[in-house]
Amino acid sequence: MNAALILIALATLGTAAVAMAGRNLLHSVILLAATWTGIAVFYLWAGAQFVAFAQVLVYLGAISMVVLFAVLLTRRAREESVAGPELKSRTFFSVLAGLAVAVVLLAAGASAPLAVSSGPAPEVTVRDLGVLLMGPDAAALLVAGVLLTIALIGAVVLAAGSGPDEGEDAP
Amino acid sequence: MSQAPTSFLENAPVLVRDWATGFLPAPARWFANSLIDIVSILAVFGLLFAFLTLAERKILGRVQNRPGPNRVGWAGWMQPFADGIKMLTKEDVVPIAADRVLHFLAPVVILAFSILTFAVIPFGRNLVPLDLDAAVVYFFAASSSTELAVFMAGWSSHNKYSLFAAMRALAQLVSYELPLLLSFVPVVLATGKLSTTGIVAAQAGWKWGFVPHWLVFTPWGAAGFAIFMVSALAESNRSPFDLPEAESELIAGHLTEYSGFKYAIFFMAEYFGMCALSGMAVTLFLGGWQAPLPALEFIPSYAWFAIKLMALLFGFMWIRATLPRLRIDQLTRLAWKFLVPLALVNLGTTAFWFLSTDWSGPFQAIRWAVAVGLVILPAILLGRSLGSGLGPRTYRYA
Repeated sequence: MNAALILIALATLGTAAVAMAGRNLLHSVILLAATWTGIAVFYLWAGAQFVAFAQVLVYLGAISMVVLFAVLLTRRAREESVAGPELKSRTFFSVLAGLAVAVVLLAAGASAPLAVSSGPAPEVTVRDLGVLLMGPDAAALLVAGVLLTIALIGAVVLAAGSGPDEGEDAP
Repeated sequence: MSQAPTSFLENAPVLVRDWATGFLPAPARWFANSLIDIVSILAVFGLLFAFLTLAERKILGRVQNRPGPNRVGWAGWMQPFADGIKMLTKEDVVPIAADRVLHFLAPVVILAFSILTFAVIPFGRNLVPLDLDAAVVYFFAASSSTELAVFMAGWSSHNKYSLFAAMRALAQLVSYELPLLLSFVPVVLATGKLSTTGIVAAQAGWKWGFVPHWLVFTPWGAAGFAIFMVSALAESNRSPFDLPEAESELIAGHLTEYSGFKYAIFFMAEYFGMCALSGMAVTLFLGGWQAPLPALEFIPSYAWFAIKLMALLFGFMWIRATLPRLRIDQLTRLAWKFLVPLALVNLGTTAFWFLSTDWSGPFQAIRWAVAVGLVILPAILLGRSLGSGLGPRTYRYA
């Protein structure tokens, strides 16, 4: 049981680490897809079938596409898809953002009451999940939906904002 | 639920399997049973793929008033094996600038994910390889993961036309995934189940003794089935949506740099995807393995599934022979401006249908009329707006 968990964790973290260290953006995207699959396998291991399949459907099916399109549509030439931390300010801000996320996650993890129970895992059906999402957690769902919509509209505005004379002179 | 399975033929596959693995201890038996399931799926659908290529060429030939392949074997029946040997012995050319690892992985990934989708389709009353609680989500998760492989194929070829074609293919696949997913939501709404066996069981029985309770016989079910089939055509890259490949115009798109058996594997994945999506359409809308009439229940359930599957596959081929190819802008417009709104309206129609279940007498007629109107009116209105300004063309200098 635990050996499987260690394997899943190693595969997930390993692909994520290689994706971060790699110089080729496209390879990183595909490795990131492997990382997301690893997380889905972890959900499967934990017995959350629905969440695992939803993870694959959303991350492998949709988010990886978004990332791919973003990478391919913003790089002019193929060689440019090799990126590095050439700017000091960029490195600084990325480290800052990473630290901020890490602090938030650690704070949330430290403050959460992690009940350790040795009994059998509770049987959660898809119906229970749906009832929870549409009942007590409906507000959070709505807020997330509105946020994502705003982000989408913002992305469209940003993408459409560039002048018509740009982007045509690419080799 | 209908009568318990009694006939010998109905139970024969399971009996044979249990006879073959019965002498093993329990854990090994489970493993051996799973192995037999996997091998039989691979064998059946592998052979089906081989003969579907032949059937497709024969049917296309008949439609176009020519005989089709008729040289190898008896009237061309050995053609798939000749093709297989040809594909296996061809040289495997990899471009020198290609990303070799991804170039190799792309066909592997696409084939693996398209075979994974077969695991949850109930092929018969006793023939369910994997009975998952969230089987429908599993199916669509696996089938949407093949998109990544299309991109890998296009990008790793180091050919700008391949890359363009891959992006075009992704635009198409992402666009049509939405109506595909939205079209089965009413089914989940109606049956309250995400498991394929549960959905098939919910469609058992007959009204007045001869009208099956298949979901396609309700207004919203018919609309959902139509949307599902159109999106399935696009998702499996079939004509009239075969832009990703379009061998006559786009020299096979993202597959340009593939040769030999890798190319054949992409084809295999396409046919597997077509079979799996048709199988899912049968499961969701056409009652799965249920017989259409009570008197016909003596025919085993897997035969009914096969008949329905073949009918849908024949439909796919007929459409390929009949309709011309769409352009990429027409294709995405059809998805976003026609199919997605229709699928959303269809959700509302389904909600109305289940809010009015207790209407009786004349109200039943009103219920049907409202539901049919809710299906047909938006289709006509959206279709008009889609085709406005595109009147019949006149060719002045033709």
